[in-house]
Amino acid sequence: MATNEVVLALLRNGPAHGYDVKRDHDAWFPDARPLAFGQVYATLGRLERGGFVQILETRIEGGPERTVYALTDSGHRQLGEWLAQPAGAATSSADEIVRKTVAALRTGRDPGEFLARQRAAHLRRMRELTAQPPEGDSAARLARDHVIAHLDADLRWLELAVERVAAGHGTDDHHPTTPEEATR
Amino acid sequence: MTDQPFAPVLEMTAVEHAYRRTVALRGISLSVEAGEIVAVTGPSGCGKSTLLHAAAGIIRPQAGSVRLLGHELETLDETARTQLRRRRVGIVLQFGQLVPELPILENVALPLLLDGHERASAYTAAKEWLDRAGLEVAGDTPPAELSGGQAQRVAVARALVTGPAVIFADEPTGSMDTIGGEHLLELMLGAARDHGTAVVLVTHDNVVAAHADREVRLRDGRVETVAVLR
Repeated sequence: MATNEVVLALLRNGPAHGYDVKRDHDAWFPDARPLAFGQVYATLGRLERGGFVQILETRIEGGPERTVYALTDSGHRQLGEWLAQPAGAATSSADEIVRKTVAALRTGRDPGEFLARQRAAHLRRMRELTAQPPEGDSAARLARDHVIAHLDADLRWLELAVERVAAGHGTDDHHPTTPEEATR
Repeated sequence: MTDQPFAPVLEMTAVEHAYRRTVALRGISLSVEAGEIVAVTGPSGCGKSTLLHAAAGIIRPQAGSVRLLGHELETLDETARTQLRRRRVGIVLQFGQLVPELPILENVALPLLLDGHERASAYTAAKEWLDRAGLEVAGDTPPAELSGGQAQRVAVARALVTGPAVIFADEPTGSMDTIGGEHLLELMLGAARDHGTAVVLVTHDNVVAAHADREVRLRDGRVETVAVLR
């Protein structure tokens, strides 16, 4: 799971502290496993060391210390690159496809180009699998069929995503994207 | 009527077509090379069947040009179009579209017979293609007694019997189960690859589309995306 990039996407809507990141993550992906606080702070620490996020301020308001994080230019670039790249066309990549599409919509981007690239990547993988009949017995063919069926399910979801975005059923949940915008 | 060498098999330029008030094609341009397999996909009503019918000269589009095997279709009269289709083009439409009065062997032999081939050799070729299509019914069976999948096998055999330069197929495996469809697709595309035949394949099935060298995806009568799969 691309937790680093998802956290970058969550911060693109404006500076936030760890609690906001966790809350927004769980709202974006209600069917996924909730993000643990430990994971949130470990990820934010890693991203800060990598120069992708910066600490804006540390508040102590009668409770626990709260650190506010914001994306750096480098973080914006990293997020942009991740959102544009198709995931490897394997069955385990479905989760990442959903994450990229939801993250793009939630941050006010058009996922159309990504969805088209992902469709092509999936079809190419499917073509590789169908071009050569698998060697061996029907069990080998069944294993291949299983992969193809999963790719087909992803492709149908990608088609549906294109339809929903075209119909304007994506999201209007777009927030300011930089600390400057947030304070304007 | 000779084909121009080295030209694309099919060249559609700014093709538009409407049925009464419904616009099916809104400026389609598409070029297909010899031996290339192109899948045309898209949601229901996106214009993919209309594109196929215009490319094969079954309908005359209201605007734009269609150049098929070097011939500008608009300039050909109906007789010349029919001759071009019969000799150089294989067409597989949804549900087979067989001649109901003729037994299946004659349906498959028909393009050869109409083109003046000797009867015995036409029937031999038809029998061979029916066998290769995996049809397990007698040649004198009338089309009315076939299942949808069997009719599609006969239609594919009929499309391949002339050794065409291009095949146009509209949901060729639409009425078939997965394994039967796989076999028929392998037969059609295998024959096409062996003879350098171009194939334009309309399908809503991703697994079928993934056999193509290129996917052209339509939306609302326009080309939405083109993906090179080869």
